[in-house]
Amino acid sequence: MSVLVYIEADNNAVKKSSLEALTYAAKMNAGDVTALVTDKAENLEELGKYGVKTVLQVSDDKLSTRPVSAIASAIASAASKAGANVVVMSRSSTVDAAAPRVGVKMKATVASNVVALPQTDNGFVVRRGVFTGKAFADTKLEGENKVLTIAKNALAIDDSVGGSATVEAFSPEYGAKDFAVKVTDVKKQEGDILLPEADLVVSAGRGLKGPENWGMIENLANELHAATACSKPVSDMDWRPHHEHVGQTGIKVAPSLYIAVGISGAIQHLAGVNSSKTIVVINKDSEAPFFKSADYGVVGDAFDVVPKLTEALKKAGI
Amino acid sequence: MNILVCICHVPDTTTKIKFTGTELDKNGVQFIIGPYDDYALARAVELKDASGGKLTVLNVGEADTEPTIRKALAIGADDAVRINAHPKDAYFVAEQIAAYAKDKNFDMILMGREASDYNGGQVHGMVAEMLDMPCIVPCMTLEVEGNIAKMGREIEGGKEYVECEMPFVAGCQEPIAEWKIPNMRGIMMARKKPLEVIEPTTESAPTEIVNFELPPSRGNVKMIDADNMDELVRLLKEEAKVL
Repeated sequence: MSVLVYIEADNNAVKKSSLEALTYAAKMNAGDVTALVTDKAENLEELGKYGVKTVLQVSDDKLSTRPVSAIASAIASAASKAGANVVVMSRSSTVDAAAPRVGVKMKATVASNVVALPQTDNGFVVRRGVFTGKAFADTKLEGENKVLTIAKNALAIDDSVGGSATVEAFSPEYGAKDFAVKVTDVKKQEGDILLPEADLVVSAGRGLKGPENWGMIENLANELHAATACSKPVSDMDWRPHHEHVGQTGIKVAPSLYIAVGISGAIQHLAGVNSSKTIVVINKDSEAPFFKSADYGVVGDAFDVVPKLTEALKKAGI
Repeated sequence: MNILVCICHVPDTTTKIKFTGTELDKNGVQFIIGPYDDYALARAVELKDASGGKLTVLNVGEADTEPTIRKALAIGADDAVRINAHPKDAYFVAEQIAAYAKDKNFDMILMGREASDYNGGQVHGMVAEMLDMPCIVPCMTLEVEGNIAKMGREIEGGKEYVECEMPFVAGCQEPIAEWKIPNMRGIMMARKKPLEVIEPTTESAPTEIVNFELPPSRGNVKMIDADNMDELVRLLKEEAKVL
């Protein structure tokens, strides 16, 4: 048995979430780990530290926008070449879209949003986050082939597994309609910290009273090197762009630290953030429901507390 | 335009979740159209109203889902199909949808980006692969010009705009359309609209839930004085170890 891990890279560097997927594969003890890279990335030999034996690298400009169907074909094709019957990948906009297609192509059983290593003493059982973070479902996967998508921050990266990986050029087999979807435009947000990737997030809600008051949130985020986010009403009122909206119908985040300022904590908002490792809530209403889901709470006016927190971080040299 | 919208029947998002063995405890639970499916349905109604055609709504579920299907009819679907089976897992549901849709010449098959209960987010991609169609997810804008569908989807840190020929599959989410609330006329008309019940084509379900568990509670929140942010920073650094 062996495992194929699909790797994504941004700005020539392998994403942290992909290193988590590699760590997951190595800790499964399922045999050889092969990595597939379709993005431009450097120093791929170093993936050996995470237990990778062989890296299959696809250099094809047609894949630069990560066309979902073609990526799915590349993954299935690489799994076939590597003799892998398990595909592991960390959740992303590409992976979430490609995984079900890979599953059908490989006649594999798909489990998405996996949060823990598999239990294999009685079949192959993985724990998945379900009911929007309100429960876990231990799910038994039948069949020889499996496709797993791993939730972000599900396990800590371990780079002490192996040595150097062999990098091989790879040309996947594509399907006839793999490039049927044409990308006509891409609009990326400004700034270098992308919310879905961020390890620290500062988020604010209606308590900020208006878009003109976001400067102090950005100052706090800059101090922490964190991404900024917002609640649904804030994006609905166009105070902030939709891609900053976290919650059940927006982006779901799982950072190490989530700081919520002036957000009451409606259940739909919690659904998007309840996988965060540590939650800090700042709200002037001591009865705000969010305090019940927080690790640390501060009752106070955001306009007073946020600048003080920014100053305290500066003073502590964070 | 011939549109298929697939809807799931899920607990209201504010429901407190409980389990009896390996099943959801349905006692006292209000069921609704999947919130993301509701966005897909709303956009489908707009497209049909603008260009004519037919909008069929499909649900894989047992008889208890019929009030949810009737709501979709009240919102604007022309007819409905219920595939009479417990929706065992994503693959099972996708097989039923693909088997139903394969010879019906739908121009588009829309559904939510995921169900709000099991959050698998797999059915759209599986249906698309089974029918050899493009699939766009999460689809946040959808316009049609002739035979071309133009869509916007969320990617890390921004948006990507794509186009493809019909037919296609899309997993939708807001802000593709505003949810529609059925009016009295719609509710009355929905009673008379056809709801066909057909039997599933296969029994294959490659996954089985063997246990549910609720996440551990975070414990009591530690309150920090608003005038002592140095203490919050210290705790985040030394206790939570996140800085």
